Amino acid sequence: MTKPADITPDRSETVFEEFKPPYNKMQAAVEANRCLYCEDAPCIKACPTSIDIPTFIRKIATDNVKGSAKTIFESNVLGMSCARVCPVEVLCVGDCVFNEMDQPPIQIGKLQRYSTDAAYDKGWTYFEAGEDTGKNVGIVGAGPAALATAHELRRLGHAVTLYEKREVIGGLNTTGIAPYKMKADASVDEVNWILSIGGIEVKTGFEVGKDATLEELDGKHDALVLAFGLGPDSSLSAAGEDLSGVYGAVDFIEMFKVGKVDLTSVKNAVVVGGGNTALDAVRELRGLGVESVTLAYRGREPGMSGYAHEWKAGKVEGVRAAFGTQPIAFEGAGKVEGIKCVRLDEKKKTIEGSEHVLPADLVLLAIGQGKLGELAASLPGVVVEKGCVQVDAGGATGRPGVYAAGDAANGGTEVVYAAAEGKKAAHAIDAYFKGQA
Amino acid sequence: MANLQSNTAGIISPNPFWLASAPPANSGDQIKRAFDHGWGGAVWKTLGQPIQNVSSRFAGLHYKGTKNIGFNNIELITDRSLETNFREIAEVKKSHPEHAIIVSLMVETKEEWQDIIKRSIDAGADGLELNFGCPHGMCERGMGSAVGQEPAVNEEITSWAMEYSTVPVLVKLTPNVGDIVPHGLAAQAGGANGVSLINTIKSIIGVDIDRQVINPRVGELSSNGGYCGAAVKPIALHMCASLARDPGFKIPISGIGGVSSWRDAVEFILLGASSVQVCTEVMLRGYRVVEDMIEGLENYMEEHGFEDLGQMTGKAIPSYSNWGNLDLNFETIAKIDADKCIGCYDCVVACQDGAHQCLFPAEEGKKRVPVIDESECVGCNLCEIVCPVPGCITMEEVDNGFAPATWNEHVNDGKPLRPKKGAH
Repeated sequence: MTKPADITPDRSETVFEEFKPPYNKMQAAVEANRCLYCEDAPCIKACPTSIDIPTFIRKIATDNVKGSAKTIFESNVLGMSCARVCPVEVLCVGDCVFNEMDQPPIQIGKLQRYSTDAAYDKGWTYFEAGEDTGKNVGIVGAGPAALATAHELRRLGHAVTLYEKREVIGGLNTTGIAPYKMKADASVDEVNWILSIGGIEVKTGFEVGKDATLEELDGKHDALVLAFGLGPDSSLSAAGEDLSGVYGAVDFIEMFKVGKVDLTSVKNAVVVGGGNTALDAVRELRGLGVESVTLAYRGREPGMSGYAHEWKAGKVEGVRAAFGTQPIAFEGAGKVEGIKCVRLDEKKKTIEGSEHVLPADLVLLAIGQGKLGELAASLPGVVVEKGCVQVDAGGATGRPGVYAAGDAANGGTEVVYAAAEGKKAAHAIDAYFKGQA
Repeated sequence: MANLQSNTAGIISPNPFWLASAPPANSGDQIKRAFDHGWGGAVWKTLGQPIQNVSSRFAGLHYKGTKNIGFNNIELITDRSLETNFREIAEVKKSHPEHAIIVSLMVETKEEWQDIIKRSIDAGADGLELNFGCPHGMCERGMGSAVGQEPAVNEEITSWAMEYSTVPVLVKLTPNVGDIVPHGLAAQAGGANGVSLINTIKSIIGVDIDRQVINPRVGELSSNGGYCGAAVKPIALHMCASLARDPGFKIPISGIGGVSSWRDAVEFILLGASSVQVCTEVMLRGYRVVEDMIEGLENYMEEHGFEDLGQMTGKAIPSYSNWGNLDLNFETIAKIDADKCIGCYDCVVACQDGAHQCLFPAEEGKKRVPVIDESECVGCNLCEIVCPVPGCITMEEVDNGFAPATWNEHVNDGKPLRPKKGAH
């Protein structure tokens, strides 16, 4: 088994403080005791992985933290990262009944972190691999969906091989999460914790299409899971996009997540986009010390697809905004110096004579990521629409034995959905094997 | 303005709030500070042959993040010399003449009782309290609750004290008995001017589950302690009311047991107490709590038109009846205010698992407001008790057309009872 590469301690992301610091024992107990322990609780329904939230919280209140973490991991093996990165405001916490009576909702994410961190710190493990079935499954990718699938498959007794293009594994959990939520080393810890169930072979530096075709992998394994996530940052296809200083946001975030970036000379950074990656990027640039950070979005504030609570935090941190602003070209001599923009009206139509230049010596494009689904279209029977691999509720594609989970299938969303889809796919595969027998 | 002056068996204090005989009433300096904060009286920590205490002495009972809902101790009576105590009693009486000082006493022989009573009165005691209640340590030496649990011994020693005392004498009763009434009557028969109750309840407050040793730990051993604090109030209220409603019991009561606020004091007074004694809340929060106790009691009396404590004392006693006199045709059912309901369903699970299965979840897709099957609701109150939203669930009286009928009336006179509900 190839051991995944360790991560360097020398990373730019280490300057970030935690946005939601962990609870100490007393804080956790106070918050846990506030929980009403609802019957048929709305928070459980709001969780894509259906964690039994009132139960894990009650176990914190009774000081059964080991059992609390078990309750979480039974539903979601990525419970440690989800505790940090889930947009709880729009999921479990958003549905806490206390919201109905103008009381602060229970801080479910922080409580989940309290229990899962304790499990990691104390080395508690809960899972054993199932009895060997003789079946083996190949998984393309090593991000959250792949890891959730792999772990559940191992509990069911199937052998697993992960094929990962990068040297580090953990996918966007390692390379893409805003560092004030989770740093790369925590993701690597999670990967190792999950792999500790044993029997998961990891092949890093393995690129589909170069080292093997999907068809070859499909032939090699009893089942194949496509969990390769999304492709590179989308481009604007505007003039000057190849100037130095213009990056895809996801690429740039990966640079400071797993390595170092030097932003000391940056005066004016502009992030183009209005989604959650754009909102992460502006907050990250402020945190990395860039004085002037501007979000350039072609729509208006209420039309942003990023979460309102994230944008609110960005504003508090001093991010500026240029709404109704569409870049049309990047200017500069070798290195970007400014963005030529036009203003758009409410209907996103160009306003005549509105051309202007935004000064910018660093530009991040956060206008989406390409979809890798086309990769899968080479497999007969697999249907790809708008770049997403089409699957049924259990993750099955149109080709027997081939499944997909996570961003590759859902088009790009939260870690918790990848965890849920991965677990479902594992059970669907198990049922598929049993059906063959 | 309501008059808060208290007269307990002839012991007059500016308000009914006394420090109980306990660590907060251990020394003159403490009691002076307490009086400066407004405490009406203080029962001096029990005098007797000074003892040697252990360490540690106290332990708390915690529940769901709330610390010390109950408390216990294995501390004994005073460990300071009698001379020091008497000198300080005289000093406090001189500096705070309007406040009542009651001296708690515990000795063995008749001669010792005579001596200590004389010296207490000489020092300036306004009253005496005979400690027949302590359930730990002292009872192993034949004192404290060992006296209080034997009505004949209680009566005899009380009569000795009455022989020597020129000031009012209260007998402090132990709750560690099956029925408090014979013990109150024994004190009365011995001539006591009043009783105070309850002393602490014999208890093991908890176990250190990692060491597997009982708390509070003295080395690798412990002993049963005396339990007190907010959690004991229901037991104390029952004992206070049991004596107050007994037709043969005629003397005043100083109420003790879990008094933590003015509300608790009001409850004790309504159930027959002339004054209340406080220890645990002061140990946890300090003497300063009395300011709110006085103010809260004053506001309550004004709102309810009580001019003095005498009008209040025992006011709720007529409501304390036997079960056989309760009206079986009185009916209430739960009503839920859908606008206030937050949909936690704590009432649903409580009714389903802990009561009579008449609350149900809303239909799928409808707002999460429990549905009540009123034909099955027995009016038990459990849903209202668990509901976290003030005023969301109320128990409403229903006119079922049946005339009142108690069990006694039903059995003796054949009065008709309404059909049973919830007996499915």
